Parts: sequence; structure tokens; C-alpha cells
Amino acid sequence: MDFNFTEEQLMIQQAAKDFAERELLVDVIERDDNAVQSASHIKKLAELGFLGMMTDPKYDGGGMDTVSYVLAMEEISKVDASISVLMSVCNSLVNWGLENFANEFQKEKYLKPLARGEKIGAFLLSEPEAGSDATSQRTTAEDKGDYYLFNGTKNWITNAHLASTYLVIAQTYPDKKHKGINAFIVDKDTPGITLGPHENKMGMRASDTHSVMFNDVKVPKENRIGEDGFGFTFAMKTLDGGRIGIASQALGIASGAFERALKYSRERKAFGTEIFNHQSVAFKLSDMAVKIENARNLCLKAAWLKDQHLPYGTASAMAKQYCADIAMEVTTEAVQIHGGYGYVKEYHVERLMREAKLTQIYEGTSEVQKIIISRSLLK
Amino acid sequence: MKILVCINNVPDTTTKIKFVDNKAFDSAGVQWIINPWDELTLTRAIEMKETQPADIESVTVINVGRADAEASIRKALAIGADNGIRINSDTSDSYSVAFQLSEYIAKEKYDIIFCGIESSDYNGGSVGGMLAEFLAIPSVSSVSMFEIKDGKVVVKREIDGGNETLSVQTPFVLIGQKGIAIEPKIPSMRGIMTARTKQLTVVEGVACNQLIEFVDFDLPKAKAACRKIDAENVKELIDLLHNEAKVI
Ligand SMILES: Cc1cc2nc3c(=O)[nH]c(=O)nc-3n(C[C@H](O)[C@H](O)[C@H](O)COP(=O)(O)OP(=O)(O)OC[C@H]3O[C@@H](n4cnc5c(N)ncnc54)[C@H](O)[C@@H]3O)c2cc1C
Repeated sequence: MDFNFTEEQLMIQQAAKDFAERELLVDVIERDDNAVQSASHIKKLAELGFLGMMTDPKYDGGGMDTVSYVLAMEEISKVDASISVLMSVCNSLVNWGLENFANEFQKEKYLKPLARGEKIGAFLLSEPEAGSDATSQRTTAEDKGDYYLFNGTKNWITNAHLASTYLVIAQTYPDKKHKGINAFIVDKDTPGITLGPHENKMGMRASDTHSVMFNDVKVPKENRIGEDGFGFTFAMKTLDGGRIGIASQALGIASGAFERALKYSRERKAFGTEIFNHQSVAFKLSDMAVKIENARNLCLKAAWLKDQHLPYGTASAMAKQYCADIAMEVTTEAVQIHGGYGYVKEYHVERLMREAKLTQIYEGTSEVQKIIISRSLLK
Repeated sequence: MKILVCINNVPDTTTKIKFVDNKAFDSAGVQWIINPWDELTLTRAIEMKETQPADIESVTVINVGRADAEASIRKALAIGADNGIRINSDTSDSYSVAFQLSEYIAKEKYDIIFCGIESSDYNGGSVGGMLAEFLAIPSVSSVSMFEIKDGKVVVKREIDGGNETLSVQTPFVLIGQKGIAIEPKIPSMRGIMTARTKQLTVVEGVACNQLIEFVDFDLPKAKAACRKIDAENVKELIDLLHNEAKVI
């Protein structure tokens, strides 16, 4: 077993760290307050190749492995999870889904500009009445012979406004239940698509989240991904990988909060000494360090399995559930270690705590991960 | 024009410095980076190549060091240098580095040799100047701006109370400092990927006299803890500044 990273993996980690600290940190609090993303950050993220970092160079991506992706996601999430979720959706849901299941024509037309970072993607699965239970899709994609006709509403869609390429999951044969679901590539500017207002969120406020309404939207036949009825399998397989992205995001949120708490505990004095010297503070930090180490190992193991082309669905569910849950615990303790200062925005940890909460909810709640994990125990 | 950028491999600036028996730097657990000043000059060389490809034929990076410096060379390749050279040799002091570099460069032809104004490890600040002397070519130091206009090299350097702008003939050694580039370039995924196929040549160093022996290293004295004085208590502050710090 080799726990060493390659020179290239370390270089990618450093590049992500430099980008986050130099570019994102300066105005992250302001962007969170105002709930806006900065176009120049997204442009830079694209120029550095972070939006298509895992896609095969054959399709204009960076060709990096999943381990590198975890390292980059962790570094960026330490500073700004609103940016890292954009990166996660682009890399592990949209690009990965297209690379693995789209045909050559679709890859040429849609994947290449996405992998180059010239276009942004979004993944539209959740609906007002279909979150954890993704099988009960109500958005319909009726087969009209030479096109599909879309009607329905998707909810909580990350990148909905920024994206130009949507991957949409919809029901073609309601009587066939989840076997009647299809996945499609839809151009966002197709007539009949409208967006709800930007969601006013608790955390990751700058991340671009909207509901998306389809009203008699015509989508060409050639935009269906895979065989007729492949949509549900497509969504589940894609989410398996997506969870590694969100797991490493949660890991980054936790380690970002931990680093800040550790630094603060060595500077802040109470009762004549740095608070780190009070055992209950030191032990809190010790517990946080162990959790983060576990979380990182789970993420890297899932990434490694994926890179080795071994089954990774259970490992990614374990990583997602554990990382998200400890992110919530670690960020809460980081606020505690900061005392009153932790409760104000300037010190970042309250924001990290708000961000951590989302990682337990999206791309499958922690409860849903436990369903996946417990089912795998019986196999 | 062919540019050669000399890059030193130095401990990360946040490294906690320790010594073995006060005689040698303890490198255990140290993370190595490209010397920040070299990284800035390298960034400028690459920016020029990207924006004025007609003027810059190639950017090569060179390092005198052992195999552990190769990660820094490959980072330079990922940032955009075309190829890299490592002169396989220990580096005992500025003289030995400049000597090894000059022996290699004398056999090749480069139009501009970039050096950083100093290294963040030993802060000798003398390799660039020595190198120019050994090669018997001019050098311009403290360069904070570098351009090529109508095929001519124009540099700006900081002098006491202002700047001077010089037009320089090649070949020469450019000793760069802050300002030459805004900030070091971050390697892109594409850059990291293409670095895999770029050439990194290792050449053996030549014999070199050892002119310097390190006798002792001292760490700076620990700073006294910061003392906070109540805003109401101006008298105490003045008293301390006068009697203890002796600054007023
Ligand atoms: C900011 C944000 C961004 C998002 N981005 C996207 C996106 O880009 N694309 C997309 O498709 N979706 C996105 N989502 C949707 C997200 O994936 C869903 O919110 C999530 O899957 C949960 O669904 P729900 O909100 O309907 O909750 P519900 O499914 O209604 O769950 C409510 C509660 O019940 C629990 N629960 C439900 N079923 C079970 C069960 N069987 N056993 C035990 N507990 C259960 C859940 O764990 C949860 O605690 C986003 C959500 C948010 C908040």
C-alpha cells in the first residue's frame, strides 16, 4: 500500500490552494452576504482547467485522476464552497455523465466546450415532489416522434442560471415507473424554459440555485443519452461519482474550519494562557483531527477505487455520509473554539458551518447514504 | 530570442527552520518550492512568450541541485517553460552555483539569462552578478519591468528615488525583482498534463573549489510577547517606550 501522492497530484493540490487563497479568499464573505458569484472567478477556474479536470484529453479535458480531483476540491472548499460546488457539478456529474454515457456526436458537441470550461453544465434531477425518492419523477418527456416534449418543474438546480448545458432527467413512460425515465441534454436557451428566482439560502449563498420550469419544451431526439429508459440508471451511476465530489467538498469545509480553529487556539489567551493549553480545547482539536483524517482516507479510498475501475458506489456513499456528518460536527466545534468571535462573519467559521449543513442534504441526504450503505451490507 | 531562467529550489517560506548541530540546515520534513523571485522572473518570461511568440523562441529553466529539485523543475515546465535542465551537483554556496551555471551556459547560446534578485534560503543575492562575470557578459540588476519592443530589450530598474529605463543588448543577465510580474503563475491542468512530455535533461556538474565553510548558524532571537496596554493608560505606554524600549 502506498499513501504517497505523486508529484503531479501534489502540484494540483498546490495549484488549487494558491487559487483559493489568492483569488477566492479576499471577498468570499462579501459574496456570501450578497449571494453573488464572481464571473472572473469562474473564468479563472476555467482557464486553470479545474472545470474539466478529469475529462479525457481526447475531449479537451485535463485527464487528471479522481485522487487529484479530491485534493483540488478539498483545497478550494476550505475557502469557498460556493465555487467548489460549481466545480463538482461540472466535473463529476455533467462531464463525467457525458463522457461515460453520451455518444460521440454528443460528446463532440457538448462535452468538449464543457471540458474546456467555456460552458457550464447543470444536473437536473430533483423536483418539488421528488428529492430523496428520485424514482417519482413528474417532469415528462413525451415522445412525439421526431422530438421529445418536456413539461414539469425541477427544483434546487445548482448552476441553473450560469449553465448553458442541462442534463435533465424526465419521465417518458410513466406506467413503466423508473424504467420509463430518460436522461437528456437540453440547451438552456430552448424556448419554454424559465427559471425561478435565485434561492435565498442558509449557506453556499453565492452558489447559483434556481428552480427550472419546462413548458412545452421541444428537445431533439438525438439529445437523449443512451438507450430508451436508461435515465434512472444514468442518474444513479453519475451520482455515485458525484458523491466523491461532495464528500471532498465536506472534507474541505471541515479541514478549513479546523485549520482556523487550531490557529486561533494558539493565539487567543484566556486565564493567562493560550486557549490551546486548556485541555478541553486541545482535546476538541484532537477529536476534530481524527475525524478529518478518517474523512480524508474515505474520500481518497473511494477516489482510488474509481481510478482503478473497481466498484466504488458503497465507498463513495460512505465517504459522502461520513465527511458531511463530520463537517457539521467539526465546523460547530470550530465556532465553539472561537467563542463570540466564531459567531461573527469575520472569522469565517460560522460560514463554514452553514456550508457544512448543505453537504448532509444534497446529492443524497445522509439518511439516503445510509440506505445505500446498509443495502450493500446484504449483498 | 532564447531565454534561460535559473531557478533555485528553496524551503517553503512558512518552513520552521532547524539546524543539525548548528552547522547544516535540517531538511527533514521540509516542503520545497521554486524560489519566489525566480518564480516571478519565470512568470514574466512565460507571459512574454505567450503574448509575443515571434520574439521569444524558447524558455528553458535550469537548476543546480540533486534529484529532489526535479519537482520544482517540473512545476516550471507545467507553468509553461519549454524544457528543463538540472546540473547534477551539490550547491555549497553562491560561487559554486554561479560556477556550475556558467560552465554549462558557456557551451550553449542563450540571449537572456534570468535570475532572481536573491534566494529566500540564504539570501546571498550574488549568483546573478557572479554568473555575468564568469560569462563575461553584462548584467542588469533589480529589474522590475521587462519588455521586448521592436525586437529590442527594454528593462526598468529601481534606483534610489526613482526608476531608470534601459535598452539592453543581448546576451545579458537579467536580475529580476518584485514587480517584474504581478504574481507567480499558477499551473493549469493542461500545463501539468503537457509537462509530462517536456524534456528534463540532467547534466553532470563539474569539479568546483569549495571556497566557503559554514562555521555556525544562529536562529534569530525569539520575539518578546506582544504587550497590550490599556487605552486609558498613556502614561504607562510612554514610560515603557522611553525606559524599556528606549525608542523615545
Ligand atoms: C442548495 C441546493 C442545491 C441543490 N442542487 C441540486 C442540483 O444541482 N441538482 C439536483 O437534481 N438536485 C439538487 N439539489 C436537491 C437535493 O439533492 C435534494 O434536496 C435532496 O436530494 C433531498 O431531497 P428533498 O429536499 O426533496 O428532501 P426529502 O427527500 O423530502 O427528504 C426530507 C427528509 O426526509 C429524509 N428521508 C427521505 N426519505 C427517507 C427514507 N427513505 N429513509 C430515511 N429518511 C428519509 C431525508 O433524509 C430528509 O432528512 C440541491 C439542493 C439544495 C438545497
